[in-house]
Amino acid sequence: MNVRARIRRARAYELIAKVVLGACAALSLGVALLFVGYIFSRGIGFVSLEFITQPPRKFMTEGGILPAVVGTFLLTLGTALLTIPVGVMAGIYLAEYAPRSRRTRVIRLAIANMAGVPSVVYGLFGLALFVTVFGWGRSVLAGAATLACLTLPVIITATEEALRQIPSDLRRASLALGATRLRTIGRVVLPAAAPGIVTGSILGLSRAAGETAPILLTAVAFFAPIATSPMSQTMALPYHLFIMATQATKDAPQMVWGTALVLVAGISILNMIIATWRSNQRRKMRW
Amino acid sequence: MVSNNLGSFELTDVSVTYGSETAVAGVTMHIPAESVTALIGPSGCGKSTLLRCLNRMNDEIGNVTIEGKLLLDGVDIYDSRAVDPVELRKRVGQVFQKPNPFPMTIFDNVAYGPRTHGVKKKSELDQIVEESLRRAALWKEVKDLLKKHAFELSGGQQQRLCIARALATEPEVLLMDEPASSLDPISTQQIEDTIATLKESVTIVIVTHNMQQAARVSDQTAFMLRDSMERPASLVEMGETRMMFTNPSDKRTEEYITGRFG
Repeated sequence: MNVRARIRRARAYELIAKVVLGACAALSLGVALLFVGYIFSRGIGFVSLEFITQPPRKFMTEGGILPAVVGTFLLTLGTALLTIPVGVMAGIYLAEYAPRSRRTRVIRLAIANMAGVPSVVYGLFGLALFVTVFGWGRSVLAGAATLACLTLPVIITATEEALRQIPSDLRRASLALGATRLRTIGRVVLPAAAPGIVTGSILGLSRAAGETAPILLTAVAFFAPIATSPMSQTMALPYHLFIMATQATKDAPQMVWGTALVLVAGISILNMIIATWRSNQRRKMRW
Repeated sequence: MVSNNLGSFELTDVSVTYGSETAVAGVTMHIPAESVTALIGPSGCGKSTLLRCLNRMNDEIGNVTIEGKLLLDGVDIYDSRAVDPVELRKRVGQVFQKPNPFPMTIFDNVAYGPRTHGVKKKSELDQIVEESLRRAALWKEVKDLLKKHAFELSGGQQQRLCIARALATEPEVLLMDEPASSLDPISTQQIEDTIATLKESVTIVIVTHNMQQAARVSDQTAFMLRDSMERPASLVEMGETRMMFTNPSDKRTEEYITGRFG
Protein backbone atom coordinates (compact mmCIF):
# COMPACT_ATOMS: atom_id res chain seq x y z
CA MET A 1 0.00 0.00 0.00
CA ASN A 2 1.38 3.37 -0.84
CA VAL A 3 1.82 6.15 1.68
CA ARG A 4 -1.05 8.24 0.44
CA ALA A 5 -3.57 5.40 0.67
CA ARG A 6 -2.38 4.58 4.18
CA ILE A 7 -2.85 8.16 5.30
CA ARG A 8 -6.33 8.28 3.76
CA ARG A 9 -7.25 5.13 5.62
CA ALA A 10 -5.90 6.45 8.91
CA ARG A 11 -7.97 9.60 8.43
CA ALA A 12 -11.08 7.52 7.84
CA TYR A 13 -10.48 5.55 11.06
CA GLU A 14 -9.93 8.81 12.91
CA LEU A 15 -13.29 10.10 11.67
CA ILE A 16 -15.14 6.88 12.55
CA ALA A 17 -13.63 6.86 16.04
CA LYS A 18 -14.64 10.45 16.62
CA VAL A 19 -18.22 9.80 15.51
CA VAL A 20 -18.63 6.62 17.60
CA LEU A 21 -17.08 8.13 20.73
CA GLY A 22 -19.10 11.30 20.32
CA ALA A 23 -22.34 9.36 19.85
CA CYS A 24 -21.74 7.45 23.09
CA ALA A 25 -21.09 10.69 24.96
CA ALA A 26 -24.26 12.21 23.50
CA LEU A 27 -26.28 9.12 24.44
CA SER A 28 -25.07 9.29 28.05
CA LEU A 29 -25.89 12.97 28.24
CA GLY A 30 -29.31 12.29 26.71
CA VAL A 31 -30.13 9.64 29.32
CA ALA A 32 -29.09 11.98 32.13
CA LEU A 33 -31.15 14.86 30.70
CA LEU A 34 -34.17 12.64 30.18
CA PHE A 35 -33.89 11.35 33.74
CA VAL A 36 -33.57 14.75 35.36
CA GLY A 37 -36.11 16.35 33.03
CA TYR A 38 -38.73 13.67 33.70
CA ILE A 39 -38.37 13.81 37.47
CA PHE A 40 -38.46 17.58 37.30
CA SER A 41 -41.59 17.78 35.19
CA ARG A 42 -43.47 15.17 37.23
CA GLY A 43 -42.33 16.49 40.60
CA ILE A 44 -42.28 20.26 40.29
CA GLY A 45 -46.05 20.57 40.67
CA PHE A 46 -45.89 19.12 44.20
CA VAL A 47 -42.82 20.90 45.47
CA SER A 48 -43.65 24.01 47.43
CA LEU A 49 -42.48 25.59 50.63
CA GLU A 50 -45.28 23.74 52.40
CA PHE A 51 -44.17 20.41 50.93
CA ILE A 52 -40.70 20.74 52.43
CA THR A 53 -41.66 22.37 55.73
CA GLN A 54 -44.81 20.44 56.76
CA PRO A 55 -45.33 16.94 58.07
CA PRO A 56 -47.69 14.71 56.05
CA ARG A 57 -51.41 14.72 56.72
CA LYS A 58 -54.30 12.37 55.94
CA PHE A 59 -52.26 9.24 55.23
CA MET A 60 -49.70 11.07 53.12
CA THR A 61 -52.21 12.45 50.65
CA GLU A 62 -51.73 15.99 51.88
CA GLY A 63 -49.07 18.04 53.62
CA GLY A 64 -45.36 17.62 53.17
CA ILE A 65 -42.33 15.46 53.80
CA LEU A 66 -40.47 17.37 56.50
CA PRO A 67 -39.83 14.36 58.80
CA ALA A 68 -38.31 12.46 55.86
CA VAL A 69 -36.07 15.40 54.90
CA VAL A 70 -34.87 15.74 58.48
CA GLY A 71 -34.46 11.98 58.81
CA THR A 72 -32.29 11.69 55.71
CA PHE A 73 -30.23 14.67 56.86
CA LEU A 74 -29.66 13.09 60.28
CA LEU A 75 -28.84 9.66 58.87
CA THR A 76 -26.30 11.19 56.49
CA LEU A 77 -24.79 13.38 59.19
CA GLY A 78 -24.51 10.38 61.51
CA THR A 79 -22.88 8.35 58.75
CA ALA A 80 -20.39 11.17 58.11
CA LEU A 81 -19.45 11.41 61.78
CA LEU A 82 -18.99 7.66 62.04
CA THR A 83 -17.04 7.13 58.81
CA ILE A 84 -14.98 10.19 57.92
CA PRO A 85 -12.56 10.23 60.87
CA VAL A 86 -11.98 6.46 60.86
CA GLY A 87 -11.99 6.13 57.06
CA VAL A 88 -9.56 8.98 56.45
CA MET A 89 -7.17 7.73 59.12
CA ALA A 90 -7.30 4.17 57.81
CA GLY A 91 -6.63 5.51 54.30
CA ILE A 92 -3.63 7.46 55.59
CA TYR A 93 -2.28 4.32 57.22
CA LEU A 94 -2.64 2.28 54.04
CA ALA A 95 -1.11 4.93 51.79
CA GLU A 96 1.65 6.27 54.01
CA TYR A 97 2.58 3.72 56.65
CA ALA A 98 1.58 0.20 55.64
CA PRO A 99 4.49 -1.96 54.50
CA ARG A 100 4.38 -3.17 50.91
CA SER A 101 3.62 -6.73 51.91
CA ARG A 102 1.25 -9.52 51.01
CA ARG A 103 -0.79 -8.80 54.10
CA THR A 104 -1.32 -5.18 53.05
CA ARG A 105 -2.46 -6.31 49.61
CA VAL A 106 -4.93 -8.74 51.18
CA ILE A 107 -6.33 -5.99 53.42
CA ARG A 108 -6.68 -3.66 50.44
CA LEU A 109 -8.46 -6.34 48.44
CA ALA A 110 -10.81 -7.05 51.35
CA ILE A 111 -11.72 -3.36 51.56
CA ALA A 112 -12.38 -3.23 47.83
CA ASN A 113 -14.63 -6.26 48.18
CA MET A 114 -16.52 -4.65 51.06
CA ALA A 115 -17.35 -1.78 48.74
CA GLY A 116 -18.91 -4.24 46.31
CA VAL A 117 -21.22 -6.06 48.74
CA PRO A 118 -24.91 -5.42 47.90
CA SER A 119 -26.41 -2.86 50.25
CA VAL A 120 -29.28 -5.12 51.33
CA VAL A 121 -26.69 -7.44 52.90
CA TYR A 122 -25.50 -4.53 55.02
CA GLY A 123 -29.12 -3.95 55.98
CA LEU A 124 -29.45 -7.52 57.20
CA PHE A 125 -26.15 -7.25 59.07
CA GLY A 126 -27.26 -3.98 60.70
CA LEU A 127 -30.53 -5.58 61.78
CA ALA A 128 -28.70 -8.49 63.38
CA LEU A 129 -25.93 -6.49 65.06
CA PHE A 130 -27.04 -2.93 65.80
CA VAL A 131 -30.79 -3.38 66.13
CA THR A 132 -30.83 -6.73 67.93
CA VAL A 133 -27.51 -7.52 69.61
CA PHE A 134 -26.65 -3.93 70.58
CA GLY A 135 -30.31 -3.35 71.36
CA TRP A 136 -30.48 0.02 69.63
CA GLY A 137 -33.79 -0.93 68.02
CA ARG A 138 -34.85 0.69 64.79
CA SER A 139 -33.27 4.07 65.20
CA VAL A 140 -31.30 6.85 63.55
CA LEU A 141 -28.20 5.49 65.30
CA ALA A 142 -28.66 1.93 64.03
CA GLY A 143 -29.39 3.23 60.52
CA ALA A 144 -26.37 5.55 60.48
CA ALA A 145 -24.14 2.75 61.78
CA THR A 146 -25.37 0.44 59.01
CA LEU A 147 -24.84 3.12 56.35
CA ALA A 148 -21.40 3.71 57.87
CA CYS A 149 -20.39 0.07 57.25
CA LEU A 150 -21.32 0.53 53.62
CA THR A 151 -19.61 3.91 53.22
CA LEU A 152 -16.39 3.20 55.14
CA PRO A 153 -14.65 1.26 52.35
CA VAL A 154 -15.51 4.02 49.86
CA ILE A 155 -13.92 6.65 52.08
CA ILE A 156 -10.84 4.55 52.83
CA THR A 157 -10.29 3.90 49.13
CA ALA A 158 -10.89 7.54 48.16
CA THR A 159 -8.42 8.73 50.78
CA GLU A 160 -5.79 6.24 49.75
CA GLU A 161 -6.17 7.13 46.07
CA ALA A 162 -6.02 10.86 46.78
CA LEU A 163 -2.84 10.43 48.82
CA ARG A 164 -1.20 8.35 46.10
CA GLN A 165 -1.74 11.20 43.64
CA ILE A 166 0.58 13.42 45.66
CA PRO A 167 4.09 13.33 44.14
CA SER A 168 6.59 11.60 46.44
CA ASP A 169 9.01 14.46 45.78
CA LEU A 170 6.89 16.63 48.07
CA ARG A 171 7.21 14.10 50.89
CA ARG A 172 10.96 13.88 50.33
CA ALA A 173 11.29 17.67 50.36
CA SER A 174 9.62 17.79 53.76
CA LEU A 175 11.58 14.87 55.21
CA ALA A 176 14.83 16.38 53.91
CA LEU A 177 14.08 19.52 55.92
CA GLY A 178 14.06 17.46 59.09
CA ALA A 179 10.30 17.08 59.38
CA THR A 180 8.96 13.85 60.86
CA ARG A 181 6.72 11.61 58.83
CA LEU A 182 3.68 12.72 60.83
CA ARG A 183 4.40 16.40 60.22
CA THR A 184 5.03 15.71 56.54
CA ILE A 185 1.62 14.08 56.27
CA GLY A 186 -0.16 16.70 58.35
CA ARG A 187 1.33 19.82 56.81
CA VAL A 188 2.12 18.86 53.23
CA VAL A 189 0.50 15.65 52.03
CA LEU A 190 -2.97 15.90 53.58
CA PRO A 191 -3.64 19.54 52.62
CA ALA A 192 -2.60 18.73 49.06
CA ALA A 193 -4.82 15.64 48.98
CA ALA A 194 -7.80 17.31 50.68
CA PRO A 195 -9.79 18.06 47.50
CA GLY A 196 -9.65 14.40 46.47
CA ILE A 197 -10.48 13.14 49.95
CA VAL A 198 -13.42 15.50 50.36
CA THR A 199 -14.81 14.71 46.92
CA GLY A 200 -14.54 10.97 47.49
CA SER A 201 -16.15 11.26 50.91
CA ILE A 202 -19.06 13.33 49.63
CA LEU A 203 -19.68 10.92 46.76
CA GLY A 204 -19.74 8.08 49.29
CA LEU A 205 -22.10 10.00 51.55
CA SER A 206 -24.46 11.02 48.79
CA ARG A 207 -24.64 7.35 47.82
CA ALA A 208 -25.49 6.55 51.46
CA ALA A 209 -28.11 9.32 51.58
CA GLY A 210 -29.98 7.70 48.73
CA GLU A 211 -29.79 4.08 49.94
CA THR A 212 -33.02 2.34 50.86
CA ALA A 213 -32.14 -1.26 51.67
CA PRO A 214 -29.74 -0.64 54.59
CA ILE A 215 -32.19 1.61 56.46
CA LEU A 216 -35.26 -0.44 55.59
CA LEU A 217 -34.55 -2.92 58.36
CA THR A 218 -32.66 -0.69 60.77
CA ALA A 219 -34.06 2.82 60.98
CA VAL A 220 -37.20 3.78 59.14
CA ALA A 221 -40.92 3.85 59.68
CA PHE A 222 -43.79 4.46 57.28
CA PHE A 223 -44.84 7.36 59.42
CA ALA A 224 -42.94 8.94 62.28
CA PRO A 225 -42.67 12.39 63.77
CA ILE A 226 -39.47 14.39 63.32
CA ALA A 227 -36.62 12.48 64.97
CA THR A 228 -35.55 14.08 68.23
CA SER A 229 -32.87 11.68 69.45
CA PRO A 230 -30.41 9.19 67.96
CA MET A 231 -32.63 6.44 69.33
CA SER A 232 -35.79 7.67 67.52
CA GLN A 233 -37.22 5.80 64.64
CA THR A 234 -37.44 8.11 61.64
CA MET A 235 -38.78 8.71 58.17
CA ALA A 236 -36.29 9.02 55.32
CA LEU A 237 -36.63 10.20 51.72
CA PRO A 238 -35.57 7.03 49.86
CA TYR A 239 -37.78 4.79 51.98
CA HIS A 240 -40.65 7.25 51.78
CA LEU A 241 -40.32 7.11 48.01
CA PHE A 242 -40.31 3.33 47.99
CA ILE A 243 -43.30 2.91 50.27
CA MET A 244 -45.35 5.62 48.55
CA ALA A 245 -44.71 4.17 45.13
CA THR A 246 -45.62 0.63 46.14
CA GLN A 247 -48.20 0.71 48.90
CA ALA A 248 -49.81 4.08 49.39
CA THR A 249 -53.40 5.13 48.85
CA LYS A 250 -54.77 6.55 45.63
CA ASP A 251 -53.37 10.11 45.31
CA ALA A 252 -50.05 9.47 46.94
CA PRO A 253 -48.25 7.90 43.93
CA GLN A 254 -48.42 11.31 42.27
CA MET A 255 -46.84 13.06 45.23
CA VAL A 256 -43.98 10.61 45.20
CA TRP A 257 -42.45 12.51 42.27
CA GLY A 258 -42.19 15.52 44.51
CA THR A 259 -40.20 13.46 46.99
CA ALA A 260 -37.96 12.14 44.20
CA LEU A 261 -37.29 15.68 43.02
CA VAL A 262 -36.36 16.82 46.52
CA LEU A 263 -33.95 13.88 46.93
CA VAL A 264 -32.28 14.36 43.55
CA ALA A 265 -32.08 18.14 43.96
CA GLY A 266 -30.58 17.87 47.44
CA ILE A 267 -27.85 15.49 46.35
CA SER A 268 -27.16 17.52 43.19
CA ILE A 269 -26.78 20.74 45.15
CA LEU A 270 -24.38 19.03 47.55
CA ASN A 271 -22.31 17.70 44.65
CA MET A 272 -22.26 21.05 42.90
CA ILE A 273 -21.01 22.88 45.98
CA ILE A 274 -18.21 20.32 46.31
CA ALA A 275 -17.33 20.51 42.60
CA THR A 276 -17.01 24.30 42.78
CA TRP A 277 -14.88 24.16 45.91
CA ARG A 278 -12.71 21.49 44.37
CA SER A 279 -12.02 23.37 41.17
CA ASN A 280 -10.99 26.36 43.28
CA GLN A 281 -8.59 24.15 45.22
CA ARG A 282 -7.28 22.53 42.06
CA ARG A 283 -6.02 25.83 40.74
CA LYS A 284 -3.63 25.95 43.66
CA MET A 285 -2.41 22.39 43.20
CA ARG A 286 -0.86 21.89 39.81
CA TRP A 287 2.42 20.09 39.55
CA MET B 1 26.47 33.97 57.32
CA VAL B 2 29.98 33.73 58.62
CA SER B 3 32.39 30.99 57.80
CA ASN B 4 32.71 28.52 60.64
CA ASN B 5 34.43 25.75 58.79
CA LEU B 6 31.73 23.22 59.65
CA GLY B 7 30.32 20.62 57.33
CA SER B 8 33.12 18.34 56.28
CA PHE B 9 32.43 14.69 55.53
CA GLU B 10 34.80 11.79 55.95
CA LEU B 11 33.64 8.60 54.20
CA THR B 12 35.47 5.34 54.82
CA ASP B 13 34.72 2.23 52.80
CA VAL B 14 31.03 3.07 52.36
CA SER B 15 28.73 0.53 50.70
CA VAL B 16 25.02 0.74 49.99
CA THR B 17 22.91 -2.37 49.57
CA TYR B 18 19.28 -2.40 48.44
CA GLY B 19 17.77 -5.69 49.51
CA SER B 20 20.38 -8.16 48.31
CA GLU B 21 21.90 -6.00 45.59
CA THR B 22 24.92 -3.88 46.43
CA ALA B 23 24.64 -0.65 44.45
CA VAL B 24 27.75 1.17 45.64
CA ALA B 25 30.80 -0.33 47.32
CA GLY B 26 34.03 0.76 48.93
CA VAL B 27 33.77 4.53 48.66
CA THR B 28 36.37 6.41 50.65
CA MET B 29 36.45 10.17 50.25
CA HIS B 30 36.98 13.42 52.05
CA ILE B 31 34.54 16.25 51.40
CA PRO B 32 36.08 19.46 52.74
CA ALA B 33 34.00 22.14 54.45
CA GLU B 34 32.84 25.27 52.63
CA SER B 35 33.74 24.17 49.15
CA VAL B 36 31.90 22.61 46.24
CA THR B 37 32.31 18.91 45.56
CA ALA B 38 30.90 17.51 42.33
CA LEU B 39 29.93 13.86 41.89
CA ILE B 40 30.05 12.91 38.23
CA GLY B 41 29.63 9.71 36.26
CA PRO B 42 27.27 8.00 33.84
CA SER B 43 23.67 7.11 34.74
CA GLY B 44 23.40 4.35 37.32
CA CYS B 45 26.87 4.92 38.75
CA GLY B 46 25.52 5.48 42.26
CA LYS B 47 26.08 9.25 42.52
CA SER B 48 22.59 9.97 43.80
CA THR B 49 22.60 6.87 46.00
CA LEU B 50 25.79 8.07 47.64
CA LEU B 51 24.38 11.59 47.98
CA ARG B 52 21.30 10.26 49.79
CA CYS B 53 23.55 8.58 52.36
CA LEU B 54 24.81 11.98 53.48
CA ASN B 55 21.42 13.06 54.88
CA ARG B 56 20.15 9.52 55.51
CA MET B 57 17.35 9.89 52.96
CA ASN B 58 18.12 6.30 51.97
CA ASP B 59 16.54 5.34 55.30
CA GLU B 60 13.16 6.38 53.88
CA ILE B 61 13.34 3.91 51.02
CA GLY B 62 13.38 0.90 53.32
CA ASN B 63 15.35 -2.31 53.07
CA VAL B 64 18.61 -0.43 52.67
CA THR B 65 21.84 -1.37 54.41
CA ILE B 66 24.68 1.08 54.66
CA GLU B 67 28.09 -0.14 55.70
CA GLY B 68 31.31 1.70 56.40
CA LYS B 69 31.78 4.94 58.26
CA LEU B 70 30.29 8.34 57.44
CA LEU B 71 31.54 11.11 59.69
CA LEU B 72 30.15 14.64 59.63
CA ASP B 73 32.51 16.97 61.48
CA GLY B 74 33.97 13.89 63.14
CA VAL B 75 30.66 12.38 64.31
CA ASP B 76 29.27 9.12 62.89
CA ILE B 77 25.91 10.06 61.34
CA TYR B 78 24.71 6.46 61.42
CA ASP B 79 25.34 6.09 65.14
CA SER B 80 21.78 6.36 66.41
CA ARG B 81 22.92 7.35 69.90
CA ALA B 82 24.85 10.34 68.58
CA VAL B 83 22.69 11.53 65.69
CA ASP B 84 18.97 11.48 64.93
CA PRO B 85 18.06 11.55 61.21
CA VAL B 86 15.62 14.41 61.79
CA GLU B 87 18.32 16.50 63.46
CA LEU B 88 20.86 15.50 60.81
CA ARG B 89 18.60 16.74 58.01
CA LYS B 90 18.36 20.14 59.65
CA ARG B 91 22.15 20.32 59.28
CA VAL B 92 22.35 18.68 55.85
CA GLY B 93 19.82 20.19 53.45
CA GLN B 94 18.86 18.87 50.04
CA VAL B 95 17.75 20.35 46.73
CA PHE B 96 16.13 17.95 44.31
CA GLN B 97 16.33 17.40 40.60
CA LYS B 98 12.95 18.86 39.79
CA PRO B 99 11.78 21.97 41.63
CA ASN B 100 9.39 20.71 44.31
CA PRO B 101 7.96 23.67 46.21
CA PHE B 102 5.14 22.86 48.61
CA PRO B 103 1.62 23.84 47.50
CA MET B 104 1.58 26.90 49.72
CA THR B 105 2.75 30.52 49.65
CA ILE B 106 6.34 31.55 48.97
CA PHE B 107 6.68 32.67 52.58
CA ASP B 108 5.29 29.44 54.01
CA ASN B 109 7.62 27.41 51.81
CA VAL B 110 10.71 29.07 53.22
CA ALA B 111 9.30 29.19 56.77
CA TYR B 112 8.46 25.47 56.71
CA GLY B 113 11.87 24.31 57.98
CA PRO B 114 12.24 26.86 60.80
CA ARG B 115 8.64 26.23 61.89
CA THR B 116 9.36 22.50 61.92
CA HIS B 117 12.25 23.20 64.26
CA GLY B 118 10.20 25.31 66.62
CA VAL B 119 10.56 28.92 65.46
CA LYS B 120 7.21 30.60 66.11
CA LYS B 121 7.79 34.34 66.40
CA LYS B 122 6.63 36.21 63.30
CA SER B 123 9.48 38.72 63.42
CA GLU B 124 12.05 35.95 63.64
CA LEU B 125 10.42 34.05 60.74
CA ASP B 126 10.29 37.24 58.65
CA GLN B 127 14.00 37.69 59.18
CA ILE B 128 14.87 34.07 58.35
CA VAL B 129 12.72 34.12 55.21
CA GLU B 130 14.30 37.34 53.93
CA GLU B 131 17.82 36.18 54.72
CA SER B 132 17.28 32.79 53.04
CA LEU B 133 15.72 34.31 49.93
CA ARG B 134 18.61 36.76 49.69
CA ARG B 135 21.15 33.96 49.93
CA ALA B 136 19.32 32.08 47.18
CA ALA B 137 19.37 35.28 45.05
CA LEU B 138 15.58 35.36 44.85
CA TRP B 139 14.70 38.15 47.29
CA LYS B 140 14.68 40.99 44.77
CA GLU B 141 12.25 39.13 42.52
CA VAL B 142 9.78 37.98 45.17
CA LYS B 143 9.96 40.45 48.06
CA ASP B 144 6.53 41.86 47.16
CA LEU B 145 5.05 38.47 46.32
CA LEU B 146 5.64 36.56 49.55
CA LYS B 147 1.92 35.85 49.94
CA LYS B 148 1.66 34.48 46.41
CA HIS B 149 1.38 30.79 45.77
CA ALA B 150 4.75 29.19 45.02
CA PHE B 151 3.43 27.57 41.83
CA GLU B 152 3.07 31.01 40.26
CA LEU B 153 6.86 31.27 39.98
CA SER B 154 8.81 30.11 36.94
CA GLY B 155 10.73 26.82 37.04
CA GLY B 156 14.05 28.53 37.70
CA GLN B 157 12.56 30.71 40.43
CA GLN B 158 10.92 27.65 41.99
CA GLN B 159 14.29 25.91 42.15
CA ARG B 160 15.87 28.94 43.84
CA LEU B 161 12.90 28.95 46.21
CA CYS B 162 13.74 25.33 47.03
CA ILE B 163 17.33 26.39 47.70
CA ALA B 164 16.06 29.18 49.99
CA ARG B 165 13.78 26.68 51.73
CA ALA B 166 16.75 24.39 52.37
CA LEU B 167 18.90 27.29 53.59
CA ALA B 168 16.27 28.41 56.09
CA THR B 169 17.26 25.72 58.59
CA GLU B 170 20.83 27.08 58.39
CA PRO B 171 22.39 23.84 57.24
CA GLU B 172 26.14 23.28 57.21
CA VAL B 173 25.85 21.20 54.07
CA LEU B 174 23.64 21.48 51.00
CA LEU B 175 23.19 18.40 48.81
CA MET B 176 22.10 19.10 45.25
CA ASP B 177 20.90 16.30 43.02
CA GLU B 178 21.18 17.62 39.46
CA PRO B 179 19.57 20.89 40.52
CA ALA B 180 19.64 22.47 37.06
CA SER B 181 18.87 19.52 34.82
CA SER B 182 15.24 20.56 34.27
CA LEU B 183 16.02 24.26 33.80
CA ASP B 184 16.80 26.54 30.85
CA PRO B 185 20.34 27.93 30.37
CA ILE B 186 19.63 31.30 32.02
CA SER B 187 18.10 29.70 35.10
CA THR B 188 21.01 27.26 35.19
CA GLN B 189 23.41 30.18 35.15
CA GLN B 190 21.57 31.78 38.09
CA ILE B 191 21.71 28.54 40.10
CA GLU B 192 25.43 28.24 39.39
CA ASP B 193 26.02 31.85 40.48
CA THR B 194 24.10 31.11 43.67
CA ILE B 195 26.28 28.06 44.33
CA ALA B 196 29.42 30.17 43.90
CA THR B 197 28.27 32.62 46.59
CA LEU B 198 26.89 29.98 48.93
CA LYS B 199 30.10 28.01 49.20
CA GLU B 200 31.57 30.75 51.35
CA SER B 201 29.31 29.63 54.17
CA VAL B 202 28.00 26.16 53.23
CA THR B 203 29.54 22.91 52.06
CA ILE B 204 27.98 21.93 48.75
CA VAL B 205 27.87 18.45 47.26
CA ILE B 206 26.41 18.47 43.77
CA VAL B 207 25.52 15.53 41.55
CA THR B 208 25.60 16.44 37.91
CA HIS B 209 25.43 14.86 34.51
CA ASN B 210 26.81 17.98 32.95
CA MET B 211 30.59 17.97 32.91
CA GLN B 212 30.90 21.62 31.95
CA GLN B 213 28.81 22.41 34.99
CA ALA B 214 31.06 20.31 37.23
CA ALA B 215 34.09 22.10 35.79
CA ARG B 216 32.49 25.52 36.27
CA VAL B 217 31.14 25.24 39.80
CA SER B 218 33.19 22.72 41.74
CA ASP B 219 36.47 22.75 43.63
CA GLN B 220 36.75 18.96 43.88
CA THR B 221 35.38 16.35 41.53
CA ALA B 222 34.70 12.70 42.26
CA PHE B 223 34.23 10.36 39.32
CA MET B 224 32.10 7.27 39.94
CA LEU B 225 31.54 4.34 37.65
CA ARG B 226 29.77 1.02 37.47
CA ASP B 227 31.96 -1.08 35.19
CA SER B 228 29.53 -3.93 34.79
CA MET B 229 26.09 -4.90 36.04
CA GLU B 230 27.61 -7.79 38.02
CA ARG B 231 29.65 -5.51 40.23
CA PRO B 232 28.57 -2.53 42.32
CA ALA B 233 29.54 1.01 41.41
CA SER B 234 32.62 2.52 42.95
CA LEU B 235 34.68 5.67 43.15
CA VAL B 236 37.25 5.75 40.35
CA GLU B 237 39.12 8.81 41.51
CA MET B 238 38.70 12.12 43.21
CA GLY B 239 40.76 15.26 43.09
CA GLU B 240 40.94 18.96 42.53
CA THR B 241 38.55 19.80 39.69
CA ARG B 242 41.19 21.51 37.57
CA MET B 243 43.45 18.48 37.79
CA MET B 244 40.63 16.03 37.10
CA PHE B 245 39.66 17.81 33.92
CA THR B 246 43.14 18.53 32.58
CA ASN B 247 45.20 15.66 33.81
CA PRO B 248 43.16 12.75 35.22
CA SER B 249 45.22 9.87 36.52
CA ASP B 250 42.77 7.11 35.57
CA LYS B 251 42.22 6.26 31.91
CA ARG B 252 38.46 5.71 32.47
CA THR B 253 38.09 9.23 33.85
CA GLU B 254 39.80 10.63 30.82
CA GLU B 255 37.55 8.65 28.49
CA TYR B 256 34.41 9.81 30.31
CA ILE B 257 35.47 13.43 30.42
CA THR B 258 36.42 13.54 26.79
CA GLY B 259 33.05 12.04 25.95
CA ARG B 260 34.04 8.61 24.75
CA PHE B 261 31.28 6.96 26.82
CA GLY B 262 28.52 7.73 29.31
